[in-house]
Amino acid sequence: MSVTRPVVLAVVVAAVVLQVSVFHAFSALSYDGVVPNLALLVVVAAGLVRGPELAALLGFVGGLAIDLAPPADHIAGRWALALVVAGYLAGRVRQDSGASPLAAMATVGACSFVATSVFAFSGMLLHDPAIPVGEALRVIPVAIGYDVLLTPFVLPLLMRLFRRLRPHEVAY
Amino acid sequence: MPPTSCGRRRPSRAVLVLLLLACFTLITLDARGGDASPLGPVRSAVGNVLGPVETGTASAVRPFAAVPDHFRTTDGLRRDVAALRAENTRLRNRLAGTALDRNRAAELDGLLASSRSTGYSLVPARVVAMGPAQSFSRTVTIDAGTTSGVHADMTVLDSDGLVGRVVHAYRSTSTVLLVVDQESVVGGRLGSSMEVGFVRGRGRLGSRATLELELVDPSATAARGDTLVTWGSRNGAPYVAGVPIGRVTAVSATPRQQSTQAVITPFVDFTSLDLVGVVVDKGTRSDRAVISAGGVTRAPVSTSKEHR
Repeated sequence: MSVTRPVVLAVVVAAVVLQVSVFHAFSALSYDGVVPNLALLVVVAAGLVRGPELAALLGFVGGLAIDLAPPADHIAGRWALALVVAGYLAGRVRQDSGASPLAAMATVGACSFVATSVFAFSGMLLHDPAIPVGEALRVIPVAIGYDVLLTPFVLPLLMRLFRRLRPHEVAY
Repeated sequence: MPPTSCGRRRPSRAVLVLLLLACFTLITLDARGGDASPLGPVRSAVGNVLGPVETGTASAVRPFAAVPDHFRTTDGLRRDVAALRAENTRLRNRLAGTALDRNRAAELDGLLASSRSTGYSLVPARVVAMGPAQSFSRTVTIDAGTTSGVHADMTVLDSDGLVGRVVHAYRSTSTVLLVVDQESVVGGRLGSSMEVGFVRGRGRLGSRATLELELVDPSATAARGDTLVTWGSRNGAPYVAGVPIGRVTAVSATPRQQSTQAVITPFVDFTSLDLVGVVVDKGTRSDRAVISAGGVTRAPVSTSKEHR
């Protein structure tokens, strides 16, 4: 456990930093400002390998990192809420379905939809900013598409990482 | 049994409920707190730590982002040279024709030199991170913070025009709210008629990035092609006067509305933001070179960093 925690934390924070700075440098990679949600992929990978508890916890940490890391200017806790829900859902999916790549991609798509929608909806409720529904409907499909597109490249690596970290914890 | 075991259902639900409650608590604290939010210090601390990490990542990645440029064909480069040569000739012709205007402008500049409006100095900075569109707010991180003399409510511009304003300044980085953000409101003045109005962002970037201008005087109208500059706030915070914002591309007026609406296309390309300048007061102490009307003030030797 003592080794696992810093590694997992570093992975989540790295994902948050990469998604704001790398995709800005390669501006051709972002579609109208929408970039792949790497923190979400980390959370989903944790959910698929380790179950809902760790995934929800990681979702909280990763979401809080997105909420507080520099370019963010919205009310803190909104991404945390979105990713906690997404992580829990991903963890529950693992119990129902096998580890087929198609199921993993579907899980990422579903979690991306839920997380981005929860975030947008919380913004509408809090007027922070007052997001027009049209804007949300335009951004959410692109976000889901981008996350699913990146899944085959990133998710297997993350899942392998979480599998390798598991024995330490069992030994404890 | 370790606390994070995943087989049992009940503890998993307890963890979920606990985390959800934590989220709701955070949201409530931050939303109710407003400017004096209890999360302010946490935000600053995280910004102070992650800001330099973002700066480092951006500078590590930048050479790779430039790689596609190396693979452009000679043909493409030749075409670029031809296009640039044609533009150069055109600009030179225009310059020759505007010698008179130039002289008059020089006289006016001389008059203005004593006023505060040319007393602005710029702290140069690079954009190192951009908030994702999924967050529905258009903000970027720049690699200049309080140690470079940057503080909240300062105007940010680039060579094309107005970029936005600083909303949070951390030690070595700052967060800038772009003018295209939906929460952004800038006072604007039309170049031809001197009419004033409010410019709001629409939350779009890229080629379809537009702003909305609402003129204060209901009888005034904006003409297509008219340029819009900032009106300027008191003491130059958050916006200094006279920074070009964009060009009027469409005008609409409905009888029910009290004022004329115009669509503004900003001069700045917000998807490829890189080098920007933060307007600071003259004589600001900074750890990097400060650009002012009279030239460049070198940074103190002891603290000068990678910025030239």
